[in-house]
Amino acid sequence: MMQEGLDDGPDFLSEEDRGPRAVNVDLQTDAMLQVDISDALSERDKVKFTVHTKIPPAPPRPDFDASREKLQKLGEGEGSMTKEEFTKMKQELEAEYLAIFKKTVAMHEVFLCRVAAHPVLRKDLNFHVFLEYNQDLSVRGKNKKEKLEDFFKNVVKSADGVLVAGVKDVDDFFEHEKTFLLEYHNRVKDASAKSDRMIRSHKNAADDINRIASSLYTLGTQDSTDLCKFFLKVSELFEKTRKIEARIAADEDLKLADLLKYYLRESQAAKDLLYRRSRALVDYENANKALDKARAKNRDVLQAETSQQLCCHKFEKISESAKQELIDFKTRRVAAFRKNLVELAELELKHAKGNLQLLQGCLGILKGNT
Amino acid sequence: MADTARDAPPEQTDFHELEDGEELFPEPATTQESQPASLAAEDISTNSNGPKQDSLFDDDPEDLFAEATEEVSLDSPERDVLLSDGPSPAITPITPPTSVITPRIGHTHDDMFTHSSFDEIEEEEGGDSFDIHISVSDPEKVGDGMNAYMAYKVTTKTSISLFKRNEFAVKRRFSDFLGLHSKLASKYLHIGYIVPPAPEKSIVGMTKVKVGKEDQSSNEFVEKRRSALERYLMRTVKHPILLKDPDVLQFLESSELPRAVSTQALSSAGLLRMVNKAADAVNKMTIKMNESDAWFEEKQQHFENLDVQLRKLHTSVESLVCHRKELSVNTAQFAKSAAMLGNSEDHTALSRALSQLAEVEEKIDQLHQDQANADFYLFSELLGDYVRLLTAVKGVFDHRMKTWQKWQDSQMLLQKKREAEAKLQFTNKPDKLQQAKDEIKEEIEELEGKVQQGERDFEQISKTIRKEVSRFEKERVKDFKTIIIKYLESLVQTQQQLIKYWEAFLPEAKAIS
Repeated sequence: MMQEGLDDGPDFLSEEDRGPRAVNVDLQTDAMLQVDISDALSERDKVKFTVHTKIPPAPPRPDFDASREKLQKLGEGEGSMTKEEFTKMKQELEAEYLAIFKKTVAMHEVFLCRVAAHPVLRKDLNFHVFLEYNQDLSVRGKNKKEKLEDFFKNVVKSADGVLVAGVKDVDDFFEHEKTFLLEYHNRVKDASAKSDRMIRSHKNAADDINRIASSLYTLGTQDSTDLCKFFLKVSELFEKTRKIEARIAADEDLKLADLLKYYLRESQAAKDLLYRRSRALVDYENANKALDKARAKNRDVLQAETSQQLCCHKFEKISESAKQELIDFKTRRVAAFRKNLVELAELELKHAKGNLQLLQGCLGILKGNT
Repeated sequence: MADTARDAPPEQTDFHELEDGEELFPEPATTQESQPASLAAEDISTNSNGPKQDSLFDDDPEDLFAEATEEVSLDSPERDVLLSDGPSPAITPITPPTSVITPRIGHTHDDMFTHSSFDEIEEEEGGDSFDIHISVSDPEKVGDGMNAYMAYKVTTKTSISLFKRNEFAVKRRFSDFLGLHSKLASKYLHIGYIVPPAPEKSIVGMTKVKVGKEDQSSNEFVEKRRSALERYLMRTVKHPILLKDPDVLQFLESSELPRAVSTQALSSAGLLRMVNKAADAVNKMTIKMNESDAWFEEKQQHFENLDVQLRKLHTSVESLVCHRKELSVNTAQFAKSAAMLGNSEDHTALSRALSQLAEVEEKIDQLHQDQANADFYLFSELLGDYVRLLTAVKGVFDHRMKTWQKWQDSQMLLQKKREAEAKLQFTNKPDKLQQAKDEIKEEIEELEGKVQQGERDFEQISKTIRKEVSRFEKERVKDFKTIIIKYLESLVQTQQQLIKYWEAFLPEAKAIS
């Protein structure tokens, strides 16, 4: 009776085998065409724009390092472990691997769904190839030059960001957003780090319970007194409760830690957006000054006028889209937090009840026998 | 104490004998050779095949204890009465660290030995219900600086007639406990009784206390020690023989106790102890005993295995305690972080939910802290105690080997003397012959006596150990069952609390819109 539905080992696998399933992703907010223009280069007789569409952030690279390390240790230590220990470690490893795998799958899924919902991106040929080509894609990684470009872009951005952040905005909405995002981003970063640490401790405790269960098992098989059955029963109990503890840590990771990490990246993206807008504002103001100067000297006035108009247009465009995006950001954020916090609470409850049932069941048997 | 006493029905207890006015125990004040009680009334539930049963003890009790005294004087110079000098020092009471240990668990966490476990009347040990409860409490710092020490209140509640009153309390310091153990060990270990070891010294821990650091870690140290001292006393009095020892009675009852100076870690007696221990270890390796009784070999192997496994388990549990404490700290930090996040969140409902999440996590961190304490005080300390107890158990087996060796040595010496006597028959110096013959005859007689005594000692210690092991195993089973059940109950409570907290939070999360 203690085993119904609580030994979730096989469940892990069956979920993956069930094939494609629906995932709830809030896509309404992505329906608009989101364009921003990151810079404009004024050449002698033409102006070049670099147009960016806001692309959903890429899913993070999965981290299988911990599992790989454990697998290696397992292989090395195989000779020195008992059969039970080996089997247990193997199971543990499998469960961990599946948890990471599950997480990675979920995040990739979200990414693809958002691309698919994007009005422009969904039509991209690359995307179609990605989804339809049924053989291996050979994706070229960034070569050295591209990586270097990225690096410099980031350096310039952060340097610029400091300069631009100092500019006070006339618009109340954006001023508020700037203050809010700055603080919010830092606090999400902190919460993300702290949640990771908390979950790490939880995993460690679950590992300890695993070892305790093994030791109790050995004690049970060795003992010649009444304690033999007692130890075996308690060992069995801890085996099961530690699986639940490990599951709790995994669920907290999925629902809480990942949520915070995601919004860490999102809030960074929002900050970047504000930065680009500020940049545009600075360009606009500079263009204004240039126009005034040109008018004063009565030289290149037309050119200055065109330039100023373009900057104005660019600025207004980006302000409009940024405003919408930031509102959407809030809506999405609230929805995501709600969903995840509710699911987190439900899972914590489910696991605590599972644990309780196991403990009370075992206690009943132990007390009955003594 | 007739021969039939061995097989007597359980009603005949040692208390009984006392009331008969038998002077088994000299007055505590004059004791220099306190003698353990007769084993007569105890039932031996092991199959003793062969060794002479009864009355071993009855012959020449003086002889047996003469040897005891010899050994005693070698390593327990604390027999010298030393009164502490100096004026009566200032007493600074220590606030009990209730914030550290919330006895949320059903009974107080250190209440491992509740009355209920003693209501079980152990038929073998006598019809008198074993009703004694000792508590160690109210740690108080006495004095200042490096001469400061911690005084503990030792309260005894009992209905056993052995004691003068039903309830009484005394003040004792750590070295007093060590002194008690030292005396008991010197009297009983070498004849096969498993004397519970005293809690370990800790120079680091005590120095912190002496220096006056009243922070969380030194409070925890005091609490850990207090709990350990309590368990130590309870284990000691649970032993039917030790309970009646006058040193134990004096320890529990006397308001003044001569100070055991030689228990200090850095004293000459301490060094002597270390040297003796080393010598013992060497000797153990060189004794090759012909084990005629498979029971002993089997038991030794069993205890060896048990030791290995308990140590392993103990390490894992200590690790759990450590990680659980970490989890508590990290949860608290996360709670604060979540609260901050909630503050900066500008969507009102979400902000509220995040604050509530922070509150839940804060309560949970306290839950983890409490659970870590249960992990430690119930599970970890149980294992630690048994690891130390097993050392004492192994010790008595070693003493049996030494006893055997002594017997063998005497026998070999006797053999030599007999050979020498035989040789004497063939000497050519008649005038010296008679004198030499007489001398040798005397020596041989003496040695024969020694050999007989050696054999008796060996048989006695073997018998005692069988009984002790049986008692020890019974206690072990009881202890582990009782405490592990208590521990599981603490886990149950934690889960119940978790359910309460998350159930309260769920509607808050759902209320976000």
